[in-house]
Amino acid sequence: MSGDTFATPQTQDRDVLLDVRGVQKIYTGHGRTVEAIRDLTFSVGRGELVCIVGPSGAGKTTLLKCIAGLLEPTAGTVTLDGQRVTRPPQSMAVVFQEYGRSLYPWKTVQQNVELPLKQKKLPKARRQELVNEALAAVGLGEVHDAYPWQLSGGMQQRVAIARAVAYQPQVLLMDEPFAAVDAQTRADLEDLIRSLWHKLGVTILFVTHDIEESVYLGQRVLVLSSSPTVVMEDLPIDLPDERSQLETRSGRRFAELRHHVYEQIQLAKHRKGSEPGPDATPDVVAHGNAV
Amino acid sequence: MNGILRGGRGLFFALALPVVLVVAWWFGSANSTNFFFPSLSSILETFGRTWFAERMRADVLPSVTRLLIGYAGAVVLGVALGVVLGANRTLRRITEPVLEFFRAIPPPVLIPVLFLFAGIGNTAKVIVIVLGALWPILLNTVEGVRAVDEVLSDTSRCYRVTGWARLRHLVLPAASPQIVAGMRQALSISIILMVISEMFASSNGLGFTIIQFQRSFAIPEMWSGIILLGLLGFVLSLLFQLFERRSLRWYQGLRRSQRGE
Amino acid sequence: MSIDAPTRRAGTMPARRQSGLPDWSLGLFGLVAFAGVLELLPRTGVISERYFPPFSAMVGALVEAMGTDTFWSATGETLQAWGIGLAIALVAGVGLGLLIGSVPILQRLTASTVEFLRPVPSVALIPLAVLVFGITNIRSTLLLIVYAAFWQVLIQAIYGVQDVDPVARETARSYQLGRWARLRHLVWPTALPYVMTGVRLGAAVALILAVTAGIVGIGQGLGWLIVRAQSGNDVPTIYGIVLFTGLLGVVVNLLARALERRALAWHSSVRADLGG
Repeated sequence: MSGDTFATPQTQDRDVLLDVRGVQKIYTGHGRTVEAIRDLTFSVGRGELVCIVGPSGAGKTTLLKCIAGLLEPTAGTVTLDGQRVTRPPQSMAVVFQEYGRSLYPWKTVQQNVELPLKQKKLPKARRQELVNEALAAVGLGEVHDAYPWQLSGGMQQRVAIARAVAYQPQVLLMDEPFAAVDAQTRADLEDLIRSLWHKLGVTILFVTHDIEESVYLGQRVLVLSSSPTVVMEDLPIDLPDERSQLETRSGRRFAELRHHVYEQIQLAKHRKGSEPGPDATPDVVAHGNAV
Repeated sequence: MNGILRGGRGLFFALALPVVLVVAWWFGSANSTNFFFPSLSSILETFGRTWFAERMRADVLPSVTRLLIGYAGAVVLGVALGVVLGANRTLRRITEPVLEFFRAIPPPVLIPVLFLFAGIGNTAKVIVIVLGALWPILLNTVEGVRAVDEVLSDTSRCYRVTGWARLRHLVLPAASPQIVAGMRQALSISIILMVISEMFASSNGLGFTIIQFQRSFAIPEMWSGIILLGLLGFVLSLLFQLFERRSLRWYQGLRRSQRGE
Repeated sequence: MSIDAPTRRAGTMPARRQSGLPDWSLGLFGLVAFAGVLELLPRTGVISERYFPPFSAMVGALVEAMGTDTFWSATGETLQAWGIGLAIALVAGVGLGLLIGSVPILQRLTASTVEFLRPVPSVALIPLAVLVFGITNIRSTLLLIVYAAFWQVLIQAIYGVQDVDPVARETARSYQLGRWARLRHLVWPTALPYVMTGVRLGAAVALILAVTAGIVGIGQGLGWLIVRAQSGNDVPTIYGIVLFTGLLGVVVNLLARALERRALAWHSSVRADLGG
């Protein structure tokens, strides 16, 4: 497949919320250095749902931690709403893959969702309102007093999502949130994310290694190379806004997009970030960097 | 019906052996002429007379008070220092061998040392308990704080749970299983130190009184004292178990769910 | 059933700042600094030398004491009592633990009694030991040591037997393994790591009691040396011997941990030991 079948991203001015520019991350320690990320540049517009997909070991989590302000990039900058990110910003929430390790096991569901709101110094009534709304939104109206470990994996991840939603962030970062749940639960959770996105108008950056998931969820898919990582392609997903597991996934366009991303990932596996691939036109790579 | 049956059977199993042992002791010692092993009936008869009058206030109460104050001091100091050391890698590396050394010192040898400083009063006895019971709590707290889950720690940072809130909502609860395990070890050390410090030099207290009975060959009284000490150890351990079950309910539930029960 | 968190990937690890110095050198620095503080506190008059001699004086007194026969006979007596007491507790604890753990009805019958007797402080037995065996008989010390260490070993042995995988137990039964073979090839290997934990905890407690005996006037071990130095007002020697008991404790801990690690090495799962 060549570039003409797939639209390049709109280059017109957008309202950029999150801007990642020239981010590099090198780990040093024990006398050796590892370059996890070489040079990543992209931006996410306000209200967008962008998926980042890449082969395993592509430094996806490292990137996400740099964006979240948990890790300091070796070079480059992350800017959120005009503010340089140097520590976790208040307008950002993160959902991690390891739901079993990201919820406080000594707190009930209610307390887990409420704690960040207490840190925001919201009054009690407002906190309760947000907790109720968020838990209802993820379909967990009945488990306020349960402990996370009493719930199934999928339900635990719903609690983590509710916590993020109740926090009322501008940007929601999700790090392979559904990698550890079973397929059926996963489909439900994907639809939950789409519906929350529609309902709340929040900006979502969704990291995954699952190609189908990225195409199904995203308005745009950023394809990463293997480590040391660069953006290989910035692909707009021109599927209709109403998506359903049954219809969307069996459509022709979905298959084409999936096929294309799959090819790119296969290329990425055999190629380090520096040299451009034989198949990808320089155009596409350039656009990925130019947005 | 079934539940009552099961409860009844549980009660039977819990009481059968203790009853058999007490009955055996009772009848085995009934006609005892051995001076050191008086009959159980005479020991029990002595028990009430010995402890439920003046001595409860004059000996038992001071002992238990010193024990509880010393133990509480060890808990507060151990957890506080443990949190500081657990959070600071370099400090931890520097102090580790010194702390291991302190833990390895048999705590009762501190008694003669402390009495050099503070005489034989309450202060010395309380400090002995603090210094002896401190180490298991301190070292366990360090371990617990050090092992706080990385993902949970990242999550807390993202939601700006920092400073005191981090200590209260993340670090202390995460370390609590280890802290409580250290507290359990510290409790038995505290009891040993309470008794030994009173046997070593004192003018009142359980340990002191029991040794006085032994020296004056008041054998049934001595036995009643041993039984009282045993009961004290049992009751304290029971209270501790209740505390443990309450404070670590989440942890036991978590463990059960991880084992797939 | 919940899914355990996956093992973390190399990429997710935060960069640890290396201090550049190996760990042991920091620890050594800590020890030296600690000794320095002990030296300086009395030298600068912060603490009176009458109660707290400088570190060098403590070490000097210990070295001097080490030149005497009394010191070594005391050390010998303490270690002898420790070794014999621990051995008795071990044999009794493991034997009874395996028996109680393998027979469910025995376990139900003894549970309450074990729970009652275990927290009884062994030092409560001091007057009894003195009366029955006298203050020079090693049995007095042994009674205390055995009582203290026995429960540690017993409890761990019972836990160990209960940890035998029911499936493995059924399999062994279906292969017609006899009682003895099952004990040797199934129960014992499973229980061993627990028993080793019991040995480690028991060894530490046994040393505490072996030294304690001397402090309350039983025998002529290291505790007795301290009390003797105290009544002679030989303050540096008190501290010197306290240091020595600490070193002894460190050696006992290291040995017990090494033993435990060897036992655990061929056990598939290292369990979180939260003491006991």
